[in-house]
This record gives sequence, C-alpha cells and structure tokens, in this order.
Amino acid sequence: MSKAIVLYLHVHQPYRVKHYTVYDTGSNHNYFDSEFDSNTSNERILKKVAEKSYIPTNKTLLDLIQKYPEFKINLSMTGTVIEQMQKWSPESLASFQELVSTGRVEILAETYHHSLAFFYSRPEFEMQVDMHRRKIEEVFGQTPRVFRNTELAYNNELAVWANNAGFKGILAEGWDPILDWRSPNYVYRPVNTDNIRLLLKNYKLSDDIAFRFGNSDWIEYPLTADKFSHWVSEDPNGTNFNLFMDYETFGEHQWHESGILGFLEHLPKEWLANDNHTFMTVSEAIDTFESQDSIDVPNTVTWADTERDLSAWLGNALQGTSITGLYAMENDILSSNDLSLIDDWRRLQTSDHFYYMCTKWFNDGDIHAYFSPYESPYEAYLNYMNAFRDLRFRLAEKGFAV
Amino acid sequence: MLGWELPPYNSGGLGIACYQLCKALSKKSEIDIEFILPYEADHGVDFMKVTSATNQDVDDFLLSGSAYDSNYFLQVNSKHNLLDMHDQQSLYEHAVTRIADANEYDIVHAHDWLTFSAAIRLKRDKKWPIILHVHSVESDRAGSKIGNPLVMEIESTAFHMADRIIAVSERTKRSIIEDYDIPADKIEVIHNSIDVSNIQTLEGENAYKYVTLMKRHGYRVVVNVGRLTVQKGLPNLLHAAKKVVEKVPKTIFLIVGSGEQYNELIELAADLGIGDNVLFADFQRGKNWRDTFSIGDLFVMPSISEPFGLTPLEAIGFGTPALVSKQSGISEVLKNCLKVDFWDIDEMANKISGVMLSDALRDELWINSYKEFDKLSWHEASVKVVELYKSHSIGAVA
Repeated sequence: MSKAIVLYLHVHQPYRVKHYTVYDTGSNHNYFDSEFDSNTSNERILKKVAEKSYIPTNKTLLDLIQKYPEFKINLSMTGTVIEQMQKWSPESLASFQELVSTGRVEILAETYHHSLAFFYSRPEFEMQVDMHRRKIEEVFGQTPRVFRNTELAYNNELAVWANNAGFKGILAEGWDPILDWRSPNYVYRPVNTDNIRLLLKNYKLSDDIAFRFGNSDWIEYPLTADKFSHWVSEDPNGTNFNLFMDYETFGEHQWHESGILGFLEHLPKEWLANDNHTFMTVSEAIDTFESQDSIDVPNTVTWADTERDLSAWLGNALQGTSITGLYAMENDILSSNDLSLIDDWRRLQTSDHFYYMCTKWFNDGDIHAYFSPYESPYEAYLNYMNAFRDLRFRLAEKGFAV
Repeated sequence: MLGWELPPYNSGGLGIACYQLCKALSKKSEIDIEFILPYEADHGVDFMKVTSATNQDVDDFLLSGSAYDSNYFLQVNSKHNLLDMHDQQSLYEHAVTRIADANEYDIVHAHDWLTFSAAIRLKRDKKWPIILHVHSVESDRAGSKIGNPLVMEIESTAFHMADRIIAVSERTKRSIIEDYDIPADKIEVIHNSIDVSNIQTLEGENAYKYVTLMKRHGYRVVVNVGRLTVQKGLPNLLHAAKKVVEKVPKTIFLIVGSGEQYNELIELAADLGIGDNVLFADFQRGKNWRDTFSIGDLFVMPSISEPFGLTPLEAIGFGTPALVSKQSGISEVLKNCLKVDFWDIDEMANKISGVMLSDALRDELWINSYKEFDKLSWHEASVKVVELYKSHSIGAVA
C-alpha cells in the first residue's frame, strides 16, 4: 500500500479597512483604498507578497511538477485574493494558472470572501460558496469537489451541509480531542453523512513547516527535507499525511533567508526516494483510501491558536458587536440591489477583520502571535465600525429604515 | 503671569481660562501683563506680552506630558530622551528666575501647580507678592483623594506661602481648605466664565454626516468632549448609556477626546452591548470640535471631580443644553441645566432618557440656559482679580 503526502496550501488576502474615521462615515464610501505607503494598503501588501511568496514559490512548484511525475499539490484561493491579483499582480495569477494547467493541482471550494457566514447566515454562506465556484471555473477551468471552510472552521453540521451539497470531501484540523485515540493519517467519514470523506490536518507535521521551520530556538532546528521525510515515514500504517498550511508560509511567514524554498525543493526527492511513497490530491486520497471510522465533531474546531476554536475571531465583545451588526443588515443590503453596496458588505465579512480585533494576544504583549496592520485591536474595531455605519448610511439614503 | 499653556497649544480648559482672563484684564488701563510660558510658539496674542522662558519647541514640550499629567512627574521619559514633568518644572523655575532678575514686576499671578515652584522662588528671592490661581488640585486630577504626593507637597508649600489664592469654584476652595489646611479667608472664589464672542460661528455642513442622517431618522445624540481620564468619569456615562439605549434604542453617544482610558472605554462600550451606539472620534480641534457641540441634543459632563468645567458652557453656546455632575464648579454657576451625582448611574440614565424622548424639554432647557450664558462674561471675573492685585501689589501698577 502506498503512502501519500497530501500537501494543501491556502492562498488568501483580505481587503483591509483603511484609517476610516467618524468623519469619513457618510462622506466617502471608500473603506479599502489606503494610501500606498500605509500599513493597511492592500495593493502594497499584495505586491509584496507576490514578489516574496507567490512568484518564487510557484516557480519552485512548477519545477517540481515538471521534474517529479508523482508530485501533486492542492490549493485553495479566495475570491478576494484572486481579485487582488487580477488588479495588482496579473503575473502572479498567470503563474497560478500555469501551475493548475499541468493537471496536477486540485483546487478546493470555500467561501469567496473568506467569511464566517456559515455561522451567521446559511443563504449568504451558500451564495459565497457558489460565487467562489464560479470564479474558480472562470479563472482556472476547474470545478472544486472538496470543501474547506474559512479558518478550517468545522463541525458536524457543516459536514452534513457539504455532504448534501455534493462535495466528496471536506477538510478539518486533526485536533486531538476530536481524534481521541485515532491518527490523522487516514481517511475518515463525518458522522451523520454517507458519501463525503474527511481529511484531517496533521498539525504536528504541518506546523513543523509552517510555524517552527525558521525558529532557531527549536530543538530540531534546522529542519531538513531529509529529516522531515524521515519523520513522516515513522508512521508504519498511516496512508495519507495531510500537510495543510497557508501558502504564504513560503517566502512570507517563513522568509527566504530561512531556506524554506530550498526545503520545499528537496522534499519530493527525499520523500519519493522510497518507491511506496507518493503525493496525492485530496480527491485522489479520498478515492484511494477507505474510510477507517466516523468522526464526531459537535463543537466547532478551527486550525487556529492553542484553543482551536473561533475565539480568535469571535471571542470578545468588539468582534461580537461588529459581526452581529454586519449580518443583521443582510436583508436590507441584498434587497438594495446595489452591487457596490453588496460587494462592500461582503468584503467586510472577511474573517481577518475580526481577527485584527482580537485582544487576547494584544493584552499579553505577544506581538509574534499577532499579525495585524493596525496599531491595536481597538483601532481595527473603530475603523471597521465606522465603515459598518457607513453601510447603514447608504441604506438609509436609499430609504431603508434605520 | 506664570502659565503652562495657551491656545492653540492647550491640552484642556487651563489654557483657555488663562487666555480669556488675560484678555479681559488687558482691557483695564492699569494692567500690563507679561505671560511667561515654558515653551516657544506663536500664539497670535496681541493684548499682552507672551514670553518663552525656554527655547524648547512646543512640539517637544508637549511630549513631556500635558498640564494634567501630574502622574508623569514620577516617571522618567527615557524613550525620547526628553525632559519629564519634574525636569520641565525645574527648568521653568530657573528660567523664570533669570527673567525676573532682568525685570521688575508688581505682582506674580501663577496658574496651577506646575508654575508654583517658580512663584515660590520669586516670593523668596524678590519678596514679590504671589497670587496662586487654582484651576485644579491634585485630587481633582487623580480622580480621588490619593494623588501624586510630590505634587501635593508642592501645592501645599505654595498655598501656605501665597499672599492670596484664587479658586475657580467653591468646590475647589473647599478642597484647598480641607486637604491643605489653608484658612478660608485666604481664598477667593472667582468663577471661570465665557464670553458670547468666544463662540465662533458654525460654518458649512456639519462634519458628522452619519449622525446628521441618523437624526433625520429619529435618533437623538448625547455628546461628551474632554480628556478620557479617570477624573472625567466616562465609564459611568457608558453604564448609564446602556440603560438609556434599553429604553431609547435610537440614541447615539458621541465621545470626542483622547486619553489613557481610550481603549478601555471602547472595550467597555462593546462589552455593554452598545458598541454600535457609541462613536469615538478621538481628539479634535476646529470645525470638528465645534460641530460636536452643535450636533448634540444633550451635552453630558459626568466628571468625578471638575474644579470648573467650561465645556457645558461651550455646548450651550453652540446650541446644546447640558447635564453636569454635581461634583463640578459649573454646577454652582449654572441654573438651567440638569444635574446629577457622578455616581448615580440610574439618575443619569433617567435624565438623559428624558431629554432623548422630549425635544420640548431639550429646547426649553437650552433656551433658558442660553439666557444665562448670554449674561456671562469675563468682565466680572477680571474686576475681582484687579481688586486683588490692588490689595496686594507693592507698587501702584499691578
């Protein structure tokens, strides 16, 4: 029986809200057009990430695909990052298209706006999944068959939804409490479903690359492709080793200087040195391996921080105030038939906005855990709320009751 | 006159009160004022001589802390390698002494603790009479009886050595008597004031477009303008706001100002479930500042301790009635306003709700308060100050 690495990379950029004050509310409706030099400039950040991560990493991935017939990867790309590439870095998008055109890249389904809509509005969630499918079909000519939710936020209900929506697979965090004695290195079936299969992230192996790779204090530093392949081989029975991480791990979260691209370049050679070893797309893994058991996840599990729940996005009152306010507008926004208003409302659903308002690390002064373009979660909240109130202003101008 | 700030470089009411008082005093033919500041800047003042005691640039100076940051006095500002408040104060004292060596003055009039060391020095070295003008005492600034002991010591020494003390309210006078053991007859209460001419005309569309639109949709607006510090009692206003919003959901609270409680108040509003109703607009000057007062249906000053409190008068001048805490000097002066104990959140909510629900009450309160406002002027205060000068100065001219 062969053993497969299932490498899945998530590509995403939000539309960050600029410094938008009480005085901007009602005066201008441009929430996302920061000055190029500012910390919240979406254009500047996209171009920087394109240069440091997307373009060089895609080049490496393309080389690997051409060199090793067994090498395959999985990607998910949000609608917001595709839009931004179309506007500000068409060459990045072209390099993704070239990668996908090799036929060895599977693209996953998700919400267009990288939102938490599943937990607030089922119709809006379904609309965004559909928007995303259409975007992927248009840009890559591929129809996604496996679903991943924003932040890998997963529970039984989501699995049932994905099953009924016709997806053949869904991803989640291989978090110990949901696995109990089981290993993440097999295919599973979510409870209460029949057709769909569940792939669970091996977070230890994934985080060795995504978080620990460049940490010189780590006892295993430096991590080589040889050593890593050896670790993966240590499980004698596991079939699929699910390495799920942000695409930006390569060149952005882990800098070039850390040798991360060299690691990626050498990984296939080391792993494929054994004839039983291969790489698989998520669909292939699901088609190849039998489900070993059913997995019950009544409470939502995510791939973030030590709690693996939604508290980084919805844990405090700033986040609660802003997200419930936003979804409370849904009916009015949609019935306005104003496409730019609807688009702005959707851009404000992106989960990153709520993450920027997270206070649990800010209070600890742990800046390493806190990726934010804002000086503080309070500043993020104020800008967001002023933009949110401007949506209400626009609705009121159209005659909606406020 | 020894002062710490003048507009437009003021961090609050102290600079405004000094400016207005001096302007009124300058109209008296017998008065010539030299106003000595700790920093260099152009204030565009033509009615008195403004002297910079040091050649510090005003921007660097402001980094040392404002006139209200008496807690900075214990800290050393190593980050910017700038002077802390303690150094600023002694620098000022020495600079003032040098200026005094080259000039003759009849009387020294010093405003608040930062200038008091310099005043004492002049009293000792030159035997010039000193009048201390108390716009706030340390317990006001600290928001409790426990302030910075070093500052209280300076205040105490100065009060004892002063020839005369001016308190901006009865409340302040009581604090000086009770907390510093100063005899009552040494203290004169001269309330701050305002001149109708101080209120600039509003121009153009109001800067708060969102709030303006919401008002057209039936919302009513509570405003507060001030530093977001313990002394100002904003957490109580937010707790009251929660009760108001429960009763009158279409209420907006507009908080304009900055300070060490900024983040805490933002979080508190969200925790109370009224994050959508409370707008924070940071520190403002000019049109945004004026438009804040005018957009309100009620101005609320919930201060825990407010020696005087000019902002409610400014609000009235811009067309908005006021609710003030009974722990303020202004509550001694102004009759046609709502008053509440700063700690009585239920009553605060009750009174705010009453105004939110009744435009008639709002208008009646404002019309009557404006009549009071209209009669106010710095003239009376300046007459009283001149009398004090006359009774204490050595020469004929104060």
